[in-house]
Amino acid sequence: MRHILAVLVENNPGVLTRVAGLFSRRGYNIDSLTVGRTENSNISRMTIVVSGDDLVLEQVTKQLHKLIDVIKINDITSEQYVDRELVLIKVGADPTVRGEIMQIVDIFRARIVDIGRKTLIIECTGDEDKISAVIESLIPFGIKELVRTGKVAMLRGQKFTSINDNKEDDN
Amino acid sequence: MKMTAAGALIECLKEQGVEVVFGYPGGNILPVYDALCQSSDIKHILVRHEQGAVHAADGYARVTGRVGVCIATSGPGATNLVTGIATAYMDSIPLVVITGQVPTTMVGTDAFQEVDITGITIPITKHNYLVRDAAKLPLIIKRAFHIASTGRPGPVLIDLPKNVLQQEITYTQPTDLKLLGYKPTYRGHKSQVTTACNLIKHARRPVIYSGGGVIASNGSEVLTELAERISAPVVSTLMGLGGIPGCHPLSLGMLGLHGARYANMAVMECDVLVALGVRFDDRVAVDFSSFAPKAKIIHVDIDPAEIGKNVKIDVPIVGDVRMVMETMLGQLAAQKEEQWLAHIEELKKKYPLKYEQGTGLKPQSIIETIRELTSGEAIIVTDVGQHQMWAAQYYKAKKPRTFVSSGGLGTMGYGLPAAVGAKVGVPDRPVILITGDGSFQMNMQEFGTAVEQGLPIKVIIMNNHSLGMVRQLQEFYCDRRYMATIFTKNPDFVKFADVYDALGLRVTEAEELRDTLERALNSDGPVIIDCVIDQEENVYPMVLAGRPLSQSIDG
Ligand SMILES: Cc1cc2nc3c(=O)[nH]c(=O)nc-3n(C[C@H](O)[C@H](O)[C@H](O)COP(=O)(O)OP(=O)(O)OC[C@H]3O[C@@H](n4cnc5c(N)ncnc54)[C@H](O)[C@@H]3O)c2cc1C
Ligand SMILES: Cc1ncc(C[n+]2csc(CCOP(=O)(O)OP(=O)(O)O)c2C)c(N)n1
Repeated sequence: MRHILAVLVENNPGVLTRVAGLFSRRGYNIDSLTVGRTENSNISRMTIVVSGDDLVLEQVTKQLHKLIDVIKINDITSEQYVDRELVLIKVGADPTVRGEIMQIVDIFRARIVDIGRKTLIIECTGDEDKISAVIESLIPFGIKELVRTGKVAMLRGQKFTSINDNKEDDN
Repeated sequence: MKMTAAGALIECLKEQGVEVVFGYPGGNILPVYDALCQSSDIKHILVRHEQGAVHAADGYARVTGRVGVCIATSGPGATNLVTGIATAYMDSIPLVVITGQVPTTMVGTDAFQEVDITGITIPITKHNYLVRDAAKLPLIIKRAFHIASTGRPGPVLIDLPKNVLQQEITYTQPTDLKLLGYKPTYRGHKSQVTTACNLIKHARRPVIYSGGGVIASNGSEVLTELAERISAPVVSTLMGLGGIPGCHPLSLGMLGLHGARYANMAVMECDVLVALGVRFDDRVAVDFSSFAPKAKIIHVDIDPAEIGKNVKIDVPIVGDVRMVMETMLGQLAAQKEEQWLAHIEELKKKYPLKYEQGTGLKPQSIIETIRELTSGEAIIVTDVGQHQMWAAQYYKAKKPRTFVSSGGLGTMGYGLPAAVGAKVGVPDRPVILITGDGSFQMNMQEFGTAVEQGLPIKVIIMNNHSLGMVRQLQEFYCDRRYMATIFTKNPDFVKFADVYDALGLRVTEAEELRDTLERALNSDGPVIIDCVIDQEENVYPMVLAGRPLSQSIDG
């Protein structure tokens, strides 16, 4: 099963190496990992998508906790959350098919962000299913290049992953 | 106060109560040595190889319970520390390791003697730091000692670029550690402890499985009290030896691959297993799925990641094992499990630890004689191999922090430098190294350190002219094809001692053993005793690959 972990870390040099190294060293599979600053410039937030059974997940979480730079971990998989990915797709786009592509872009509420002589770059944000669907629909036109960010996620409503709430599980 | 960062480092070490450091100098660490030179409060012990420095700091930490400190220069100095850092990491030993680094302006340029030691040691340190800002040095040192010595102890490395060391800073001791992500749990969860106590109350065949965590928490006395209170025999891991006195009626000695048969059987038959500061290592459990099959398992450990890692646990308790045991004692009345204890006595009689008597110089009898001559009061340091197992089985360590051995990494060459560190840490007790001819030759240069420092350690080499432990594996698993395990040329270890103006002795016959050992123990200086033993001697009991713990074989 896939789990989404929201991880707050101290924004120290090497923290990404520590986290990524832990995963590879212990043989855990990362599906995606994103990292960026938060509202507090000393703290970064990682969203890690990892697959494994409950036992693996328990070990992943516990081992991550052992890293001194890791402040907090939330497994938000079973909670209500919003998740988004961003994708940039460069598709082959002869003038003859541009109309068709633009329709697809509209349907997915995506955007065209660059127009070349024979290509278009399309930007799309959404959850994983939507991103997959838009990619799927553009394949027939020939995808020349594709880059996606990996997932970022946030709990809905009154629940937080921040260092100030006291809901930290105390084992 | 204004001073260089190197000077501040020394102030910080003093602030932490550091009295001795083990090290080896070089270009990039020079400012630290210059600052050390100007301070008379910290003794520096010059080793012969950086691996010696880190093992010595480790030995010092194990016998004193304090943080061991070692220093090396950048590049090759730093990489020479790696095995020792890993050794300490695997056995949860608190160290602060200080390395020099090329100036920050040159970091990342493949400069002379540059190596990314923080990168290299991420997987083998509890944490590490590359200090780029001299002003932060006091805070980082304070954090390093805190992290190394609290929670589950472990090594912390601090990498110090030369130009950072030379910078002037205003030195003040930081008050706040500001470690957002580090808060070890010490008190066990109340209701979990109660659940555990209820299980124990209803146990008819309880066993305590005790390990390095009990030693680390200084919980030995509480352990003994708990065992007596609930009538539970205690099996120890290699790392847990000395947790309960080896001759205590409830002590069953070491369990596991080479554990006593009665210890292993007790685990296989018990109905409640109280696991205290242990990590269910594969040398112990042998086969995870069949470990303690009839038992409900209570596991107390300060590291949540150890609980349920290898074996399913019924009652997990995260906390300091001494504190948890103390809470338990408050809830447990004395219980007498006479039938169970009688059964254990029977097992002890039926399946004793044994070896052939009256056939020449026996390694097991060497250990027994040492135990007798020292009344179990000496500090025993071992290397890795058969001799290590004989020492574990027959020394029956009386007190915690008196049995020092590389368990998790199994580092040959650990022994001699660790003995140096142990003697520095506890100068008023005899320190005896039990080593093999293979292990000794891995770091025998450190004998020079012992002699130079006037450390009267006694080195017992169990000389079988082979890598005995591996030869034994080849005997069982490779049809005696002794590939690369026999030494056809060893140095004369007696002459080796002589070269250093130390006393060298040799024992070849059982009859000479006692007198020679007595002579060695009574002399004031370092001694090497070359004990020539049978090459084909094996360690028994032994659990063969694929068999459950209960089915170990005797010779
Ligand atoms: C050749 C060879 C053969 C070996 N054969 C055997 C054998 O037959 N039997 C055997 O037992 N070992 C054997 N070993 C050693 C083995 O490899 C392990 O090192 C050892 O079993 C681990 O001991 P431990 O479980 O006590 O854990 P340790 O490595 O000592 O770990 C300590 C545990 O306690 C926890 N802890 C630390 N501080 C605290 C605290 N304050 N409160 C609570 N918990 C704490 C830690 O988190 C950790 O889980 C052998 C080693 C070698 C080299
Ligand atoms: C650094 C290192 N290299 C290799 C090994 C594998 N190994 C384990 S025991 C052993 C033999 C040890 O020989 P010796 O020190 O003579 O002790 P003996 O077993 O003969 O008592 C070897 C090679 C090891 N544990 N450590």
